[in-house]
Amino acid sequence: MAVEHALITSVIVEASEYPDLVQKYQISGVPKTMVNGRVEILGARPEEDFVRTAVGAAE
Amino acid sequence: MPILSPSDAARVREMLASLPNPVRLVFFTQTLNCETCEPTKQMLGELAELSGQITVEEHNLLLEAEAAAAYGIDRVPAIAVVGAEDYGIRFLGMPSGYEFMSLLDAIQLVSSGDSGLQPVSRELLAGLAAPLALQVFVTPT
Repeated sequence: MAVEHALITSVIVEASEYPDLVQKYQISGVPKTMVNGRVEILGARPEEDFVRTAVGAAE
Repeated sequence: MPILSPSDAARVREMLASLPNPVRLVFFTQTLNCETCEPTKQMLGELAELSGQITVEEHNLLLEAEAAAAYGIDRVPAIAVVGAEDYGIRFLGMPSGYEFMSLLDAIQLVSSGDSGLQPVSRELLAGLAAPLALQVFVTPT
């Protein structure tokens, strides 16, 4: 997604190395995606569903 | 002792053989209090050996604050995967196990500059007017 638009950044976080982030975003299972640090997307979702949720969260 | 086995290295070399454009792995590290920095450095070095299109650029997080700020990095180990432009793709922590495949995917993405997304996704993203910051939490497997 980040390749698609200049406004998008994508950070892959190795959860086991950053317990502070795990605590901050209450990560209890992976994969879990945080959008703008506010909205969470749990698990692997179909592409269109994921993109819709992410774009909706950004607006 | 290499991190990548000879058979893994051969497979990775094959996967990366068709990279169309150069990729820079901008690696942030520090000397103390970072267990995974050294193995990550070794892994990136081995990776760069497998493709003439990949270079590793190393920075010290503490000593090169300007570079860290330019790439938005405040933790180590961290890798910015940069192609013809910086698309904002980062890895925090050592991308080992399955995440090594994610790193290879990211390298291929930024090298081609093509997201590979479906037309419907591209259309949705084209209308984006506000910043969208994704943090994907994963664990090594």
